[in-house]
Amino acid sequence: MGMMSVPRFWRNTKARYLMVGRRCRRCGQVYFPPRNLCRRCRRRGELEEVRLSGRGEVYSFTVIRTPPVGFERSAPYVMALVKLEEGPMVTAQLADVEPERVRIGMRVRSVFRKIQEDGEAGLIYYGFKFVPVDEDDVQGE
Amino acid sequence: MKVGIAGYGAYIPRFRIRVEDIARVWGADARTISSSLRISEKAVPAMDEDTATIAVEAARYAIMRAGIGGERVGAVYVGSESHPYAVKPTATIVAEAIGATPELTAADYEFACKAGTAAVQTCMGLVGTGMVEYALAIGADTAQGAPGDALEYTAAAGGAAFVIASRNLLARVEGTYSYTTDTPDFWRREGQAYPRHGGRFTGMPAYFKHVCGAAEGLMRSLGLEPEDFTYAVFHQPNGKFPRVAARRLGFTEEQVEPGILVDRVGNTYSGSSLLGLAKVLDVARPGDRILVASFGSGAGSDALSIVVESPIEERRQLAPSVEELIARKRYIGYAEYAKLRRKIKV
Amino acid sequence: MKRVAVIGVGLTKFGELWDVSFSQLFVEAGTAAINDAGIDGSDVDALYVGNMSGGRFIDQEHISCLIADYAGLTPIPATRVEAACASGGLAVRQGVMAILSGMHEVVVVGGVEKMTDLSTERTTQTLATASDSEWEAFMGMTFPGLYAMMARRHMHEYGTTREQLAMVAVKNHENALHNPYAQFHSRITVEQVLASPLVADPLRLLDCSPITDGAACVVLASEERAKEFTDSPVYITGSGQASSTIALHSRERVSFVDATYNAGREAYARAGREPGDVQVAEVHDAFTIGEILAIEALGLVEVGAGGRATEEGETSIGGRIPVNTSGGLKAKGHPVGATGVAQVVEVVLQLRGEAGGRQVDAEVGLTHNVGGSGGTAVVHILER
Repeated sequence: MGMMSVPRFWRNTKARYLMVGRRCRRCGQVYFPPRNLCRRCRRRGELEEVRLSGRGEVYSFTVIRTPPVGFERSAPYVMALVKLEEGPMVTAQLADVEPERVRIGMRVRSVFRKIQEDGEAGLIYYGFKFVPVDEDDVQGE
Repeated sequence: MKVGIAGYGAYIPRFRIRVEDIARVWGADARTISSSLRISEKAVPAMDEDTATIAVEAARYAIMRAGIGGERVGAVYVGSESHPYAVKPTATIVAEAIGATPELTAADYEFACKAGTAAVQTCMGLVGTGMVEYALAIGADTAQGAPGDALEYTAAAGGAAFVIASRNLLARVEGTYSYTTDTPDFWRREGQAYPRHGGRFTGMPAYFKHVCGAAEGLMRSLGLEPEDFTYAVFHQPNGKFPRVAARRLGFTEEQVEPGILVDRVGNTYSGSSLLGLAKVLDVARPGDRILVASFGSGAGSDALSIVVESPIEERRQLAPSVEELIARKRYIGYAEYAKLRRKIKV
Repeated sequence: MKRVAVIGVGLTKFGELWDVSFSQLFVEAGTAAINDAGIDGSDVDALYVGNMSGGRFIDQEHISCLIADYAGLTPIPATRVEAACASGGLAVRQGVMAILSGMHEVVVVGGVEKMTDLSTERTTQTLATASDSEWEAFMGMTFPGLYAMMARRHMHEYGTTREQLAMVAVKNHENALHNPYAQFHSRITVEQVLASPLVADPLRLLDCSPITDGAACVVLASEERAKEFTDSPVYITGSGQASSTIALHSRERVSFVDATYNAGREAYARAGREPGDVQVAEVHDAFTIGEILAIEALGLVEVGAGGRATEEGETSIGGRIPVNTSGGLKAKGHPVGATGVAQVVEVVLQLRGEAGGRQVDAEVGLTHNVGGSGGTAVVHILER
């Protein structure tokens, strides 16, 4: 089992399911994952909810071959830093793609997938992953 | 009040396994199986996909085509026989993932492969009585066949979602008719990993009796004949049954072939007839009339008569077509398939 | 800043120490340091200990109390300091600040980690708490994965090669041959590194520091008190510490560790020194790319030139600026909380001329300790 608790996961459902982040009305900075305080403006900032498009590009990536607890069945899998078109960068798995085809700059879009589950009897944790926009970037036959 | 489809969406997972790669493992003759079931390969969900993820993807495409925000959806019903939880609805996961919460009603359905059309009928009732403005009906499954059993060749994964409304329609439903009895042709007891079925009993007393009963009943109640329809879409447990049903009912090859995808995707159970409907909506023209007859073991068939309206030509471009989803594929072998479908206990 | 004297150092062997418990580790390192200082336990005013995760590794929090108790040092004030892998370095800085504030005159600073009581999976899971638990670890990211992405970016932006990364490990293993306390005493080649199993592309097993048990300890004293115990102490003349974002995805740059840069700037400024003055350095090579990122952000080499500098031998013993003469985290071992203190021990030994087969000629040394993927960094400058 990983280290997630039910309330802690539930609290973030909007962010994990809908990619709802925050935008500071004062400085325009967009935060995803969401924060409660603008890093730049701090107390002078005013954060509002903003739903992100899920579109972005690969900024860096790796292939995890020694998986952490809870991810044993998935290895090897591709993890990436995805720079979203609204500005923030996020850590996520790349799905539907052969590791050899991943490259920095590859355009991706978000999809709804299982992130992990708490064994056979515990909760299933859903969230976002990314797949290539270009069909050519995805594994062919 | 006019009731119909304001948006539709489909999702088929990417992996495929060929009949011959399953047959080889069990020492069966691939060619016999392929020709008798009229299926060549089936869709397999990835490790991180399940009925909920399939339902969400299909639902998102459906509301895209409907041109509405998720918050306008007032009801979500998901029909499946492979809900991720025995207790905790798939429908609330979908509702959250499309931004429809908290102002909506939701529940999950089970009626073997016809749970999706049952959801459609429920949504029609909610919309038709003015209780809800937009209602979302989904049929999705990640079906399992016992290793070595005949069902292993066809049990597949996929789903389709329909936004039911009374305005903004791509197609209106002019009538529905259901034929339901207690017929135990196929079942799965609580706690069992794989279903059991009645072999040849699943044919005449089950599939054909109910599908034909519903289709004939629908046509009778609307005063229609087979030639009044452009398309006929049937539940597709394999490639043979829907074509035999079509012939029995008096439909032609041209009417039934466009709605068939089981040969390349497998039996997506609660998604089966709904995916066939989505596939037809991808090509249908305004004015075309479509008959849909689902079949769920246990047993029952829901038949719908649908007339396509003009907004469809523009709005269907807003999301991937079923053919596009079928074309996105990657083959896997039996070992990877067994690992993905958790037939190997870890 | 005013200088603080290091009057004693001690450490345990680093490795998989099945017979040795957590408190035994600290007591061993601590008594060695106090012996080396030539003081008595009653001279000690306060204790600081760096430890990343007693709670997860051995189900024990309240570490400071445990150590003061088992060291027989109660009732002096004892404080545990934590910043993941930078816990040790932070503890050193806390000790320095305690003395510079005038609050205490003689302070024992230790670092200790007992990592092998858990399975490798659980240990790895614990180390992941140094990253963003909600948004990095939960998504399936691992520690090697984070550094792997930094490596890939560095290769993309500067053309750093896989071979150059491997050379960091080769060099550090070579150095460790002369360090009796090191976990590994084995020479490795670039080919062996490149043939070792992939952990997180492009990083391989031999790019990664090991799981290690160990403890290190230093005794610090004010310049005035130090005179009672020694004629020629080594001094900590500069100290710098900086924080950055916890998650790699929130950083301004992925191929540059801004916390290291900021901590380094403060340390150099306080010491009145520049990068060019540094003649020996212990930096944080939790992964081979870590050393390259460190020497760049510390200004020891040009940004982007870290790989090339390693390849050309600039950071080898005998090179322009020897780095990780101890063997670094890679070959000496990385008992997380102990590492930052062990780095100070190494530089002190170097400046004293007590480094045996790995001795270099140096009057100014630097230690650099990082937490997580760069969320915390702490740098100290030491001089004779």
